[in-house]
Amino acid sequence: MLATPYDEMHASDGGVREHYKTFASWLARTPSERVAHKRAEADTLFHRVGITFTVYGEDAGTERLIPFDIVPRIIPANEWKHLAAGLKQRVRALNAFTNDIYHSQEILKAGRIPAEQVLCNGQYRPEMQGIDVPGSIYAHIAGVDVVRAGEGEFYVLEDNLRVPSGVSYMLEDRRMMMRLFPELFALHSVAPVEHYPDLLLENLRSVAPSGVNDPTVVLLTPGAYNSAYFEHAFLAQQMGIELVEGQDLFVDDEFVYMRTTRGPQRVDVIYRRIDDDFLDPLVFRPDSMLGIPGLLAAYRAGRVTIANAIGTGVADDKSIYPYVPEMVRFYLGEEPLLSNVPTFVLRRKEDLAYTLAHLRELVVKEVHGAGGYGMLIGPAASKAELEAFRQRILRSPEKYIAQPTLTLSACPTFVDAGIAPRHIDLRPFVLSGREVTLVPGGLTRVALREGSLVVNSSQGGGTKDTWVLER
Amino acid sequence: MLSRTADHLYWMARYTERAENLARMLDVNSRMSLLPQGAEILEQGWIATLTIIGLMEAFRQRYDSVTSSNVIAFMAFDRDNPLSICSCVHAARENARAVRGTLTSEIWETLNATWLEMRGMSLRSANETEVGNFFEWVKYRSHVARGVIQGTMLRDEAWHFAWLGTYLERADSTARILDVKYHLLLPRGEQAGGAADYYQWSALLHSVSAFEIYRRVYRDLITPRRVAELLVLRDDMPRSLRRCMSQVHMHLQSVRNAQSAETERRAGELQASLHFGRIDSVFEIGLHEYLVRFLGQVRDLGDRVSRDFLVSATD
Repeated sequence: MLATPYDEMHASDGGVREHYKTFASWLARTPSERVAHKRAEADTLFHRVGITFTVYGEDAGTERLIPFDIVPRIIPANEWKHLAAGLKQRVRALNAFTNDIYHSQEILKAGRIPAEQVLCNGQYRPEMQGIDVPGSIYAHIAGVDVVRAGEGEFYVLEDNLRVPSGVSYMLEDRRMMMRLFPELFALHSVAPVEHYPDLLLENLRSVAPSGVNDPTVVLLTPGAYNSAYFEHAFLAQQMGIELVEGQDLFVDDEFVYMRTTRGPQRVDVIYRRIDDDFLDPLVFRPDSMLGIPGLLAAYRAGRVTIANAIGTGVADDKSIYPYVPEMVRFYLGEEPLLSNVPTFVLRRKEDLAYTLAHLRELVVKEVHGAGGYGMLIGPAASKAELEAFRQRILRSPEKYIAQPTLTLSACPTFVDAGIAPRHIDLRPFVLSGREVTLVPGGLTRVALREGSLVVNSSQGGGTKDTWVLER
Repeated sequence: MLSRTADHLYWMARYTERAENLARMLDVNSRMSLLPQGAEILEQGWIATLTIIGLMEAFRQRYDSVTSSNVIAFMAFDRDNPLSICSCVHAARENARAVRGTLTSEIWETLNATWLEMRGMSLRSANETEVGNFFEWVKYRSHVARGVIQGTMLRDEAWHFAWLGTYLERADSTARILDVKYHLLLPRGEQAGGAADYYQWSALLHSVSAFEIYRRVYRDLITPRRVAELLVLRDDMPRSLRRCMSQVHMHLQSVRNAQSAETERRAGELQASLHFGRIDSVFEIGLHEYLVRFLGQVRDLGDRVSRDFLVSATD
């Protein structure tokens, strides 16, 4: 069994924590019919606005709502200050690491990370070796997943440095809360997040190829049937930039152009929401219909900036994750402010032996998995599931890592039976350009099934508005 | 703007307009089915409608008999028929969704809400009242869509492409509506002014919201020649061919690019012929022949717009 989780709202003696007191008394005096009515209204609004994600697998192209919960996740000012500093520090180190790997590889020479771990990793892109990118920034947008295990005890679960998504829900959840319960915002001083698209645009413009004064920025989407299409359209609209598909772009003499009604127009910065593999069929997957032939050549020639850069996967891979604290020390000469979850790397013999002996207590993840697919949660698994997973691990241990089962903190959430605690995580979005910035808060995801630790929307997770209190 | 974006906007508007015009066409025919008249005449009306839309063949493959309820099921509600009202509403919404970032949120929400509401209707076995209400609703939602485009959209290229789609579609549709009725009415050789004729022509006028306009403009009996004049040549009639073509020409001028000169010239030529045309010369050619030629010219303009702007210049 899992230990009792840390409750974001209630202390262990049952009293309401200081930063939730105002909300709790509002909730207590607000008639439950009004709250129920508002929850229904939120559903209608989300549908009408079309804030949906596309489900893979089932009926192709089904659009679903991500459940929205009206109890906010509140973070007090002092905790956020610590988190923000830790996040910035971590992303700085990750960018320094990526830059190092694609240049002189000092960290490998110093023996701080085993070289084969990096260079034999499928996410390492030899095509990027020796290429200079503007400002030496690779991860312009990072979505770092953070969980809380106890009082002041935050862990980074993973660093998403490829095409992190979810920021549109952060913005829409806030808009929805303000629309449904404006009085709550009069009672609290909640730090604003609405300027995120401005910050993002500013950030993308700041990394344009040198010599471009008024850069044209575009957002590259796989298209309307991608699960995150709503977010792509939303961000492009909020930033006032073109939302392009691969077919809208072409490369001529190492410059990238978009096809417009008035002929070709130069493109300087591509905020891409397509994986590396699909970007350029001449270099990566030849069967990709989503990419732009010749893009990599233009990129290598320094004629276009791609954000995030190609090859960032080498820094957020689960097999590299255990070394991030070492990166902070190596590149910044600082002690990491945020902890990693202790991680067993199953390609190591002793870690494998320990994991197999303690499978029931651990979470085992596929190194290249994402979205909550292909993982084992030991304490929640049946005997048969444990055995099946054991066999999978034994077949190819190098594909897995294991971590102790963290008891994610829980936040009161509306469920069928009323309000009950459900496990949550937090994905703040860290922007790197001329400087490293982030808006206060992030996307809080909540596992709606009782006891579940899986917060991914593809696995029945929901979202909450995230409030960072200014005082 | 992106060629693909322009393409989606253009089709979003065309499908919205098409759904409305289909509702108008079906509405007028189903109203006529309430008049005392032979089943044969009624059937002819539906056949003429299906023929002029180009779906007679497809209809025959799915239904044995040409009855009001079969035609309405096929043309209004059948999602397997890509030209049904339901399919057009869906296509308008999908095109809007593909460029929702370019639209104002009000436009997107309007088209999305229309589709969501339609999806929630049970549309198979609707009775006459419900069918009538449905056609009214489709027209109303189209009015709302146009209004929100008019009221919220920046006057940039996107706006011009949306209206280009609207007016090309409307020109096409008005010509077809007129041709159906003309087909059906005149060969019977009756003198204009008979009771049956009166209902037919007034129904036609109603279907393009022109009944009251006719009264106000002509203050006289409804005659085929005047109906044709109103719907072909009058510039102040919002659904007339002339009105549509002058709008098409105007919007084409606003999006002019390096390769669109010939398209603009053809649109201008067509507009000029409507501007300076007289109804007598239309009837000398024969209204049907005139309309067939007009439909060909509109189709040509549509193809040319696609080539010049939407499937953009090659690399």
